[in-house]
Amino acid sequence: MRRTRLTMAAGALAIGALALAGCQSGGGDDGLTIGIKFDQPGLGFQDGTEYTGFDVDVARYVAEKLGYSEDQIEFVEAISANRETMLENGQVDMIFATYSITESRQEVVDFAGPYFVAGQDLLIRSEDAGTITGPESLNGLDLCSVSGSTSAQRVKDEFAEDVNLVEQPGYSQCAQFLLDGSVDAMTTDDIILAGLAAAQGSGNLQVVGNPFSTENYGVGIPEGSELCEDINAAITEMIEDGSWEKAVQANTEGTGYTPSAANPPTVMADCGGVPS
Amino acid sequence: MSDFLEVLSTYDIAGAFWVNIRLAFFAGIFGLALGTVLALMRVSPVPSMRAIGSGYVTLFRNTPLTIIMVFCISVLWSVLGLRLSSDFTANFFWLAVLALTVYHAAFFCEAIRSGVNTVPVGQAEAARAIGLPFLAAARLVIFPQAFRGAIAPLGNTLIALIKNTTVAAAVSVPEVSILMKEMIENNGNYVVPIFMAIAVGFVVIVIPVGLVTTFLSQRLAVSR
Repeated sequence: MRRTRLTMAAGALAIGALALAGCQSGGGDDGLTIGIKFDQPGLGFQDGTEYTGFDVDVARYVAEKLGYSEDQIEFVEAISANRETMLENGQVDMIFATYSITESRQEVVDFAGPYFVAGQDLLIRSEDAGTITGPESLNGLDLCSVSGSTSAQRVKDEFAEDVNLVEQPGYSQCAQFLLDGSVDAMTTDDIILAGLAAAQGSGNLQVVGNPFSTENYGVGIPEGSELCEDINAAITEMIEDGSWEKAVQANTEGTGYTPSAANPPTVMADCGGVPS
Repeated sequence: MSDFLEVLSTYDIAGAFWVNIRLAFFAGIFGLALGTVLALMRVSPVPSMRAIGSGYVTLFRNTPLTIIMVFCISVLWSVLGLRLSSDFTANFFWLAVLALTVYHAAFFCEAIRSGVNTVPVGQAEAARAIGLPFLAAARLVIFPQAFRGAIAPLGNTLIALIKNTTVAAAVSVPEVSILMKEMIENNGNYVVPIFMAIAVGFVVIVIPVGLVTTFLSQRLAVSR
């Protein structure tokens, strides 16, 4: 009996230790932990042990300018719902994860950037290019979006009352439904769509190119972080030396996508401010 | 705090919870019916019936619910074009009910079978002795006692079912976990309070179910 109890106690301890290890933040003193998306081709994508995408390219550039070498960077997954919590708890030093700068988020985290201006757009099959020209033409059609995002609801409320909404947990499921013909379009930010078209479309999918919102992608940093000025300087430098342009092109190649006219963006002068 | 309540009031949280409750209600009824049939098969004297019953339970009890949900939308809806309702949105609701039903039927079946095991063998022998065939013996003698003995495990299955309705998010049903994601997306400054509010909602729904189950299981237990 005594033995069983001891074993159980030891087991409980082991489980506790495992749980703690799982919670521990990856960032040591000499490294930089960066939160990215793992499931968005063209932006933040885990490909085996490699990380690719525009967010990752910008993150690497900024980290290098901050004085970190490639092997000091650790990428961790930052899913949308966890981004604020990860920054508040210090689990990550920066977040590059299609993170739009909004006022409510600025109450709990700081933003550097923006490093990209995205806009909500539609992804369609290439053969529908003439028929679906914008959100207004979606009445009676089926539209897919990621659950919990407001993008699909905005289309229904503001543009096409009779659109049928399908919500899926991830972007790639929507893209698959679009390829299968189960839905007629999917919606989210244009650069995410372009990345999907490049990765999954093999030429059959295209972005409409008629964005109907403005999303300023910023670099999420913990409130009061001293990194803000340096990140802004690095982003400005990246835009000026042409690496920014190259990164956009490399990640949206073959989709005919061009960033909206608001690009490249000018970083906010004041780190706690609102982008103009 | 008042700001947070203002944020809460802009969302139809009760409406989203109502979707979960409806999912649990329909899946509960259908699942209990299917589970009863399966339990009958599992205790029947026909070996092939027993094999089908235990095969079903083994298969669905060991398949993750998410997989069943994804199968429903990716295969039944997308590839095979199954439409359970002519209304586009209602169709997803019934697909979710279907997935919850087939999954939980396996658990309902096992709960009922555990109830059957509480009925003394003498009862079945007595039923047979007065000439009742299997189905009549099951309907008149065994199952009425089995259900009364199975209320606690049935209640546990129902509670699990209520919480599992959040998995319906995978088949595009606008239930409360999707709403929670949306609230966090729009109000990143209140992540923890939003999460707590939804969690409290589930506690409020589930605790009465637990209390009623406990009360009934004591009240209706067959005293021997």
